Amino acid sequence: MHEYGITRDVIAIACDAAGKAGAVRVARINLVIGDLASVVDDCVRFYFEILAEGTMAGAAELAITRIPAELVCPECGERIPLRGRNWDCPVCGCNRCRVDSRARQFYVESVEVES
Amino acid sequence: MKVEVLERVLSANDRLAAENRGYFDAHGVTAVNLMGSPGAGKTSLILRTIEAFRGIRPVGVIEGDIASSIDADDVGRTGTPVVQINTGGTCHLDANMVSEAVARLDTCPGMLLFIENVGNLVCPASYILGEHIRAVVLGATEGSDKPYKYPRMFTDIDVVVVGKLDLATAVDFERDEFISGVRALTDADVIEVSCRTGEGIDKWVGWLKRWSERVNA
Repeated sequence: MHEYGITRDVIAIACDAAGKAGAVRVARINLVIGDLASVVDDCVRFYFEILAEGTMAGAAELAITRIPAELVCPECGERIPLRGRNWDCPVCGCNRCRVDSRARQFYVESVEVES
Repeated sequence: MKVEVLERVLSANDRLAAENRGYFDAHGVTAVNLMGSPGAGKTSLILRTIEAFRGIRPVGVIEGDIASSIDADDVGRTGTPVVQINTGGTCHLDANMVSEAVARLDTCPGMLLFIENVGNLVCPASYILGEHIRAVVLGATEGSDKPYKYPRMFTDIDVVVVGKLDLATAVDFERDEFISGVRALTDADVIEVSCRTGEGIDKWVGWLKRWSERVNA
């Protein structure tokens, strides 16, 4: 989607957190991206290489955890990937499956820093 | 050393959106973020709504488009206060653009403010603007598969307006398929209208009245 601006924000958030912790370097950024957040990992990594240079996060590893976009069946608890145009539960046939809204999330979970 | 952060990446936009929301609340304005594809019928719905609220409630409009003032001109001809945002290429509105536009708009207490987002079924979903009501307009001509193909747009909303109802049969709009997809993503109300025939507009206007009361309560 808008990975340039987004990556700039990720770096700013990470450096800010590191600064507040009295650190001088960010070793690792743990980023969580839900599949419904419309953010592409490869694009973020591409911009990260360019934008992190010269910042506290210049040598940081970018660790991305994806939250899959899945439906959850309220009857049997089956988790179903968002595919196709029939979202009934393939196990019990329930037609009230709901998307797991955590897949919308997009946040910096934590940073690992060095003093 | 590990430092917990837990900060949303779009938090800069969220903070500005909260300021916009504070402004709307302080000035008695109910704001509606109207999203949908190009050509979905967002402007037609706004024009119908202006007509329905004439003499009853003040309406204001912020128009978001890549270029041109076509929509703002149409709205302006009704005598409604309107501000056009041209994003120049950006495919969604953000809270900062709305903040600047609101400063140029003549608001008044009780105003129902429509913020018509840039036509796009992807990016606008991720940027809150400070709105009280998040609405998606889908023209029946776009097809009933849209919730399945663009799920993010149909989560985290308050209402879906299906427009161009007069054409639904002609384009084989599969109503049940559409509703099933929407239901898996949101509890939002679904209202069907035709801006050409006027069908369903009363339901939409009734919904807006009920929701703005809830918002302002």
